[in-house]
Order: sequence, then structure tokens, then C-alpha cells
Amino acid sequence: MMSGLRALTGREIKKWYKQPFVLFMTIVQPIIWLGLFGKAFNLSALAGDNPVAREMFLAQFGVSDYFSYMAVGMFSFVVLFATMFSGMSIVFDRRLGFLSKVLSTPASRGSVVLSKVLIAVFRSLVQAGIVLAAATALGLQFGAVFHPAYLLGVFAALFLMSMGMSSLFVAIAIRSTRMETHMAVANLLNLPLLFGSNALFPIDSMPGWLQAFARVNPVTYATDAARELLLTPRGAVIWGNVANDFLFLGAFAAVFATIGIVLSWRYLSK
Amino acid sequence: MVANVIEVQGLTRRFGELTAVDGVTFEVREGETFGFLGPNGAGKTTTINMLTTVLRPNAGTATVAGRDIAKDPIGVRRSIGLVPQEYTADEDLTGMDNMLLTAALYAVPKAEARKRAAELLELVHLADAAGRNVETYSGGMRRRLELACGLINRPKVLFLDEPTLGLDVQTRAAVWEYIRLLKDQYRMTLFMTTHYLEEADQQCDRVAIIDHGKIVAIDSPAALKASLGGDIIDIQVGGGPNERLLAAVKGIPSVRDVRPLDGGYRLKVVNGEETAPQVLDAVRGLDLRVTKVSIAKPTLDEVYLERTGRALREEEGSRDEAFRRRVTMRRARP
Repeated sequence: MMSGLRALTGREIKKWYKQPFVLFMTIVQPIIWLGLFGKAFNLSALAGDNPVAREMFLAQFGVSDYFSYMAVGMFSFVVLFATMFSGMSIVFDRRLGFLSKVLSTPASRGSVVLSKVLIAVFRSLVQAGIVLAAATALGLQFGAVFHPAYLLGVFAALFLMSMGMSSLFVAIAIRSTRMETHMAVANLLNLPLLFGSNALFPIDSMPGWLQAFARVNPVTYATDAARELLLTPRGAVIWGNVANDFLFLGAFAAVFATIGIVLSWRYLSK
Repeated sequence: MVANVIEVQGLTRRFGELTAVDGVTFEVREGETFGFLGPNGAGKTTTINMLTTVLRPNAGTATVAGRDIAKDPIGVRRSIGLVPQEYTADEDLTGMDNMLLTAALYAVPKAEARKRAAELLELVHLADAAGRNVETYSGGMRRRLELACGLINRPKVLFLDEPTLGLDVQTRAAVWEYIRLLKDQYRMTLFMTTHYLEEADQQCDRVAIIDHGKIVAIDSPAALKASLGGDIIDIQVGGGPNERLLAAVKGIPSVRDVRPLDGGYRLKVVNGEETAPQVLDAVRGLDLRVTKVSIAKPTLDEVYLERTGRALREEEGSRDEAFRRRVTMRRARP
């Protein structure tokens, strides 16, 4: 089991760093997202110098500059998109026969699925790290009581979200014989998950039905935990909120990873 | 008495309405080269997938190297190697990387894996190219790499699914030389599928002809050809089926059998070259016009036509299968 898992995960990592262009895009892409969205949607500038408007903005967003608000949302954003694209390599492995060959070896079915999930998690966390570095360079304002050790918490939250998401997309991809099918399904899921969350905009201002969706959306919880830890919008970390976020994300990761891996396993053992 | 390495009883696999493999029963003896011959979509790859435990049968049993494919799939996987129809090596990795990856999937210890990989790459003359990415390999090199990968766990039985698909004639011959060399070196049993009749004829000790999921004939190529009982003359005659013609042709002493086939008539005769003029005379004697005539020595082609009622030609498989074949063919080109 371990030997197969190590080898399959190693294959993916090698494939990644042996293609400098893909690696380059992985690094550049989040920076572009951040620069474009973060700087273009400068919502806090709408308030201008008007003190009442600034007060309203602060009340809504919890921070006084929109860039910091959405830069944190961008972590969840890149994790979401990185996990979606990672599922696609399975479609190719399947169509080109690599999958059948692996299945004819004693390597466990579980390691086939797990290697895909792990590499998706790994890639998405690397991308989130790049976003963090880029956001800091572009002027992310950390909260008053921020401590570097909180970063561990941020990545733990993103890890849990990524684990659940990757398992979901891998379970979908493993059934797709065509790239287009997988793309269509993934696109259908991704944008609602992004916009139906607090990643770009606070959910309190959304209509009730969207709020209901946002409150079961893991993107909301990962973003909330990251924001709480990095920006400390209420002047101090509210640990109860963070614990709540982690509880939800932990359950999400456990349930979806189990479902995804079990479904894929059963599918591969037909 | 040679032991059987593969024993198959009533193996069946359905995909929805389609019965891809329909109760096949056969055995493969230790050390032989056994071939599955049939058109695309006849059930060859499905059979290989079941014997290599990639796919579960709906009914029937099979043992490979003494292990049951349903009860001990891991045991089966340890004792077999598979060279699939497709080029499965990862193009973005080097030949050596691919060998070591396959070795790890079989849990071969690292040091041993390096030793075996180097030895196998040497045998298939890829030692110099081992450090290059597979995307730079030619079709023949890729096929040799697939062979080497399939042998990394020292299998007792090697499964070859269309081992020369898409290769030109010269490369095909070269690939077969490597296959024979490896078979002798490691004393393996080979189970192969092909839709090239000459290949089955030259390479296999025994051949099973499979059609619509069923085995219609199984024997050595020589015995299959001998079963035709002589040469074959095919004639096409103007006008529809003709009772008088059948009677007249049957009257010729060296004609053993005659029957309508594919809009014409197929005759089994003792000596094709000498009998053909007599047949033509007999037909003309009835005031009928012969539009076409051909004489054939018995080949597996003829055996195939005889057993299935049609010539072996390309048939459409599933869309997914067709895609993979196209990819294989495209990559086979240098």
C-alpha cells in the first residue's frame, strides 16, 4: 500500500516540476487573480473620505480595506480551483490506459485514489502559500494581534477544505471518460461555491436563500477561519468562532474524503 | 504432461445489454504462446481485463498461475505482467522513471528495482535512452519500454494486448524478436490478443478464434488450417443461386465440398490449381458466366471465414475504445 501510494504521488510531483511552464502558471495565476480582482474591486474606495461611509464599510466587512478582505477570500478561491483541475489528470490516466495498467498491479485501489487526492491538496496549499506571499507584498494588512503561529491554523483550515473538495472532484473525475464532462460538472460546482460564500462579499448582506446556502458552504468556513486569524476583525481572535469553523471543516473533510474514496474504490473494483 | 497456467471455465462479462464475453472456456499450458484472434469488439480485451483482474466477470471462474481471479486477485496480480494495447508509459517521465514507478507498484524493493530495470532496459536496447523523457521515443521504442515494464515483477504469465498495433511491418518483426528473447530469458507463458492473422499464425502455439464473445475454434494454427481439408476456390457467377451449378460442381471428383458464401460459392478442393479449370468448364457448360475466381491455400484467414461466416476486418468498437486505438496508432508513428 505505502510503496504504491508513494510511487504514484511521486509521479505526480515529478510531472509537476518537470513542466516548468505549468509550474510557472501555477505561481503566476493566483498573483494575477489577486492583482486583478483585489485591486480592481476596490470597494473601500467607494466610501472615499466620507466618515459615515467608512464606518458603514467597516461594519459590513469588519476591516477597513477591501483588498485585505478579499485577499483572504482568495485563499479559498485558489484552493477551490486547484482541486477542480487536479481531478482532470485522472480522466487522462483512464483514457490512455495508464489506469488499467495500475489496476493490474498489486498496488491497492485506495492508493490510486488517495495519491490523486493528496497531490491535489499539496498543489492547492502551495498555491495558497503563493497567494499569501503575493498579498503580503501587495499590501495585506494583518490584524493588530496577529501572530505568525496563526498561519498554521490558516493552512490547517485550507487543508481540511482542500481534502474534502479534492475527494469530491476525484470521485467525479474517475467516472468521466471525457474531459468535457468533467469540466462541465466542475464549472457548474465551482462558481456557485465561490460566490455563494463570504470569500468576496459578507454573507449578511445576501438574500436569505443565498445566506442559507453560504452557511453550509465549506468555502465560507475556511475563509472565516483564515480571516479571523489573519485580520482579527474584532480586535482579538474569537477562538469560539475559529473552533466552530474547524468543527465544520473537519466534519466536511472526513465525510467527503470517506465518501469520495469509498465511491472511487468501489468504482475501480468493478 | 504439461501443467495448465491458465484455466478458464464459462467466463462471462456483460456491459448492459451487450454480452462482450459469453461463457468462454479454455486453458493455456505452461510455456506456450496462446493467442486470442478476432476483430475489434469481439471480446479479446475484455477477456484480458478479466484474467488480469482489472474487471470482474459476471459468471464463470478462472485461475491464473494457480490462483483464482475472484478469490485471490492480489495473488494473480503478483504473478502476471500486462502489456496493454495502449502506450501507458508516462510521457513526461524518463524510461527509467517509468520502470521504477512500475516496480514500486509491485512493491519491488528499491535496490532490486534498479538492478532489474537496468537489466531489462539493456535487454530491449533502451539503456542509452533510459534517461530521456518518453515523449522523445519512437513507436518501437515505446513498445519495447512497455514490454520491459511488464516484466519488472518477473511474471510467470505475460499478457500482451495487441502488442504490435499500429507499428510498421519492420518494427513489428523487431518487436516480436524482443518478445521471443524475453520469453526465453524468463521462461514465461504468453497470452496475447491480435487481429493480425499472420501474427497469430507465426507466433502462437495455439490460437482461439473469438467472435461476438464466443470461442468458435481453438487449436494450433497448423491443425486449424488442416481442418479446412485442402485448398479453397471461391467463384462468383452471374445470376442468383443455382441448384444446377451446385450439382455440376459437386460432380467433379477433386471437389470435396461446395456451398454458397458471400454471394458466391466456396469450394473445398484437393488440388486448387488443377481443379479450378475443371470447375470453370463445368460452369460454362451450364451457359453461366463466371465473373470472378480465386484460389487460396489454407490460411488462418480462410479458417476465420469458415468459422465465422465473414472475413476478419476492422469493426467499430465502443467510442472510448476507438479513441484509445487512435491514440495508440498515432503514438506508434515515429
